[in-house]
Amino acid sequence: MSNWERFIDTFFNAQVMARYLPDILYGTLITIQLAALVIASGLVAGLALALLRSLGLRPVNLLIVFTVDLFRALPPLVIIVFIYFGLPTAGISPSSFVSTWLSLTLVLMAFSEEIFWAGIISIPKGQWEAARSTGLSYGQALLNVVLPQALRLTIPPLTNRTIAITKGTALGSVVALSEILGMASSAVSNSYNPSPLTLGAAAYVILFFPMVVLGRWLETRMRWKR
Amino acid sequence: MLETFFNWDIIKAAWPILLAGLGNTVLLSLVVVPLGLFGGLILSVLAGVRNPWVRWPLMAWVDFFRAFPPLVLLIFLYAGSPFVGVQLSGFLCVCIAFFLNTGAYYGEILRAGIESVPSGQIDAARSTGLGRLQTMGYVVLPQAVRNVLPDLLSNTLEVIKLTSLGSVVAMPELLFQARQAQSVTYNPTPIVLAALVYFVMLWPLVRLLSRLENRAVARA
Repeated sequence: MSNWERFIDTFFNAQVMARYLPDILYGTLITIQLAALVIASGLVAGLALALLRSLGLRPVNLLIVFTVDLFRALPPLVIIVFIYFGLPTAGISPSSFVSTWLSLTLVLMAFSEEIFWAGIISIPKGQWEAARSTGLSYGQALLNVVLPQALRLTIPPLTNRTIAITKGTALGSVVALSEILGMASSAVSNSYNPSPLTLGAAAYVILFFPMVVLGRWLETRMRWKR
Repeated sequence: MLETFFNWDIIKAAWPILLAGLGNTVLLSLVVVPLGLFGGLILSVLAGVRNPWVRWPLMAWVDFFRAFPPLVLLIFLYAGSPFVGVQLSGFLCVCIAFFLNTGAYYGEILRAGIESVPSGQIDAARSTGLGRLQTMGYVVLPQAVRNVLPDLLSNTLEVIKLTSLGSVVAMPELLFQARQAQSVTYNPTPIVLAALVYFVMLWPLVRLLSRLENRAVARA
């Protein structure tokens, strides 16, 4: 066997790949579910915090800023490890899925709150005043005038940040979540061949490459006009 | 509650272990941040090449490593290397993975910075007799870096946080040490302590970034 053939046989072994394809597909399904949940809950929580912050209640705002700072400063893996290995000592035992979901949601919440907030404060005061003077209530002005403009500005940075955090679903493998990486790793130790890892890598690229390209497109499409 | 999550005896016992971990986290950051910056610098300078045979593969390279979770890259190197006959150390795997992953991110940021420098600057520098490399080094890059400094800092924060992945390949950094201490004591205090150390270390950077970002929005 030549070196090249041996390399192919090691990393692209068709037999091994065929045997573990169902496992990887199952893992992909878990990754997609987890990613979708994280994106939905993280963005909703982030937007809710940004809206709450726009009310201008000082003690509440200090608490929001501290929470956001906390989850921007902590590595996601540290949060996952704390929730999964730490909380059970206090009698709460979240599953690996819940631990990963909760951690990434908190992180995405923190980052998206910052981005939404930056979008809201970037809208000139005149917009608020004009909206209120036509008789719109505070809520109506926010919802119908300010947010539509603010959200447009936030889409490119939000997309990139969301992709970066969603990739963190792979961290779930550290707490034995059977997502793509977890499934691939156990398949490698069962088959003593790294081909499942190649398959898992391909699954990640298929899932996330289009998102990265979309992010790049949005960035050029919605660039701030100066 | 305090007894469980912030046990004073355990703090005293675990502190030296965590301190060693903190030292390694700092050392690791001092290695991988320049490594990523170096990778990004190469990519961003190459991005200025007009030739489509350079441009498109380069863009694909950057997007590929931005799409690829760094942990997957790390595991691939660490678990895959024995099958080609070498066991790369955890440290080496972290270095390679970070060079590829964070290099792609830094590259994108620096590219945006270089593109933000008006072409008149390059023409003027070239007409004074500076070479291509001199123009890049003395005229374009200093302005480019200043224009994207908030993004560079923000990415550096992410890179430092990402060094916690080293724990997965048995690098004795902060998180790894905390988990060791936790499994010996059967108590989550070391992890809480490690989180506290991360927070105290990185909070100033987060605050600074938040201010820089708000100022950038106010200017636009």
